[in-house]
Amino acid sequence: MEFGFWNLEFIRLWTLPVLKLCHYLSDQIMTKHLKYPFTRDQVRSLSVGDRVMLSGRIFTGRDRLHRFLAEGGQSPVDLKAGAIYHCGPVVIRQRGRWTVRAAGPTTSIREESYMPEIIRRHGLAVIIGKGGMGEGTRAACAKHGCVYLHAVGGAAQVLADKVERIGGVHFMKSFGSAEAMWELIVKDFPALVTMDALGRSLHERIAAESDRNLRKLMK
Amino acid sequence: MKSIWQRNILELIRRTSSDLPHDVTAALEKVRRKESASSPARWALDTILENVCLARERGAPLCQDTGTLLFDCRVPVGFDTLALSGAIRCAVRQATRLGYLRQNTIDTLTDKACAGNIGLGTPAIHLEYVRGSRVDIRLIMKGGGSENMSIQYSLPDSRLKAGRDWDGVCRCVLDAVRRAQGNGCAPGVLGIGVGGDRATGAELAKRQLLRRLSDHAADPGLARLEKQILAAANKSGIGPMGCGGRTTLLGVKIGAMSRLPASYFVSVSYMCWAFRRRGVALGTDGCIRRWMY
Ligand code: SF4
Repeated sequence: MEFGFWNLEFIRLWTLPVLKLCHYLSDQIMTKHLKYPFTRDQVRSLSVGDRVMLSGRIFTGRDRLHRFLAEGGQSPVDLKAGAIYHCGPVVIRQRGRWTVRAAGPTTSIREESYMPEIIRRHGLAVIIGKGGMGEGTRAACAKHGCVYLHAVGGAAQVLADKVERIGGVHFMKSFGSAEAMWELIVKDFPALVTMDALGRSLHERIAAESDRNLRKLMK
Repeated sequence: MKSIWQRNILELIRRTSSDLPHDVTAALEKVRRKESASSPARWALDTILENVCLARERGAPLCQDTGTLLFDCRVPVGFDTLALSGAIRCAVRQATRLGYLRQNTIDTLTDKACAGNIGLGTPAIHLEYVRGSRVDIRLIMKGGGSENMSIQYSLPDSRLKAGRDWDGVCRCVLDAVRRAQGNGCAPGVLGIGVGGDRATGAELAKRQLLRRLSDHAADPGLARLEKQILAAANKSGIGPMGCGGRTTLLGVKIGAMSRLPASYFVSVSYMCWAFRRRGVALGTDGCIRRWMY
C-alpha cells in the first residue's frame, strides 16, 4: 500500500515536465500560427482539422454581449478581422492590475441564433468556443470568410496561462464580470479548426458518423 | 461545532475543486495512449492532462465552472446534523471568498447572484444515518455543460424501439450519448439509474457517480450492461471534445431501484472529464480519519 502510494507520487512528479516537453515539440511541428489582425487570407488558408495557435488580441463574449451585438448594438471596439471567444473568465484585480485566474471556453451553441448576424454586421473573422455551432453559423462562415476554433473545454488553467495580459474591459457595469467583454492579449492560444471558411464542419461530420455507428450497434 | 469542522470541510472543497481523484486521472492517462499520435483526440487529452497537473500544483480550480455542489453525508445515529449542515454552508461561503469556488449561483426569482454560493437548495446536502462512529462526507462538483446533457427516458419508447428490458435501457443510453456529442466535455462518465420515479431515478443516477471508476455493479446483469454500453459508446467515434476519436466515455455506472408496474424510467446523469469527486472520513470530534478516493 505504502509503496503503491509513493510510486504514484513519484509518477506525478515527472508527468508534468514530460507532458510539457511532448506538447511543446508536437506543437511546433503540427501547428499553424495565427496573428491578429486575422486577415481573410489567413482565415481562408485554414481547413477543418488544423491545429492553430492564436496570438494577439481577442475579445470574450457570452450571451448578453451576443444579443446586444446582434440586435444592432454598437461594438465599443472594431471587430473587423477580430475574434470573439465564448468565455466567462475568472478575473481578479491585484495591486491595480487585472489577472486572469481561469479562462476556459463555454458552450457556443447558445449563441447560434445571434452569430450569423454578428459575422455579417461586424466582419468577425474568428470565433472560439467549445462544442461547435449550427447550420446558420456554418453558412455565414462560408459566405463571409470566418472560422470556428474549438478550444479544449474545461482546460481553464492551461488556457489562462496563454493570456499575457488584459488590454481592457467593456460593459463591466452593465453585464457583470463574467459576461463583460474582456480584451485578452494572448500568446500561442491552442485550438482546433472545426468549422472553416469553405463551409465544412467537423461537428456535422462527427454527428452524422456517430449517428450511423450507433444505429448500427442498436440495430 | 464551528472551527474544526468548517476547516476540514473547506479543505475537502479545495481538494475537490483543484485535484482530480486518482481513478479519473489514471483513466485519462490510459485512454490517452489509445489515441493515435497527433490526432485531435490526443491533443485534447494532452491538454486536459496538463490542465490537471497545473491545477493540482496551484491549488486552483480545474475548470472555471465549479459546478453544483452535492454533499453526501453519512453520520452516526444521534449525530447533530443541523450543526453539520451549518458548517458545510459556512465552508462553502468561505471557499467562494478564497476563490476555490466561482461565484456560481443565481437566484432564479430575482436573477441576481447569490452571495457566497448559498441559495435555496444550494449547496445540496444529503444526510443519512448509519450505525458506527464516523462521519463520512463525500462531495461531487458537477458543471453546467455536462448537467445540461443529462436526460431521462420513460420506457417503452417507440421512437428508439426501446422496450422495458436491458436492450431498451442500452438504446436509451446510447441515444443520450449521441445527443450529447462533445457538448458535455467528453470523455465523460455516465451515472445511470433504472427504475424509481422521475425524482428518485434521477437521484439514483447521480449517486452512481460516487462509485469508483474501477468497480462493477454488484448485480452480474448490470455489470454486463455497464461493459456493453461503455464499449458501444466508444465505438461511436465522437471522441474527446466531440472532435473524433476512440474515447467517448471513461466509464458507465448503473444502479437499479424498484418501480411501479406502470412506469419504467431510465435516468442518465452525464459527468464531464472534470469529474471532481472527493471524500473525507471524520471522527465525531471533527478530526480527519482518512481521505477517500
Ligand atoms: S462540462 Fe465540465 S469540464 Fe466542461 S466546462 Fe463544464 S464543468 Fe468544465
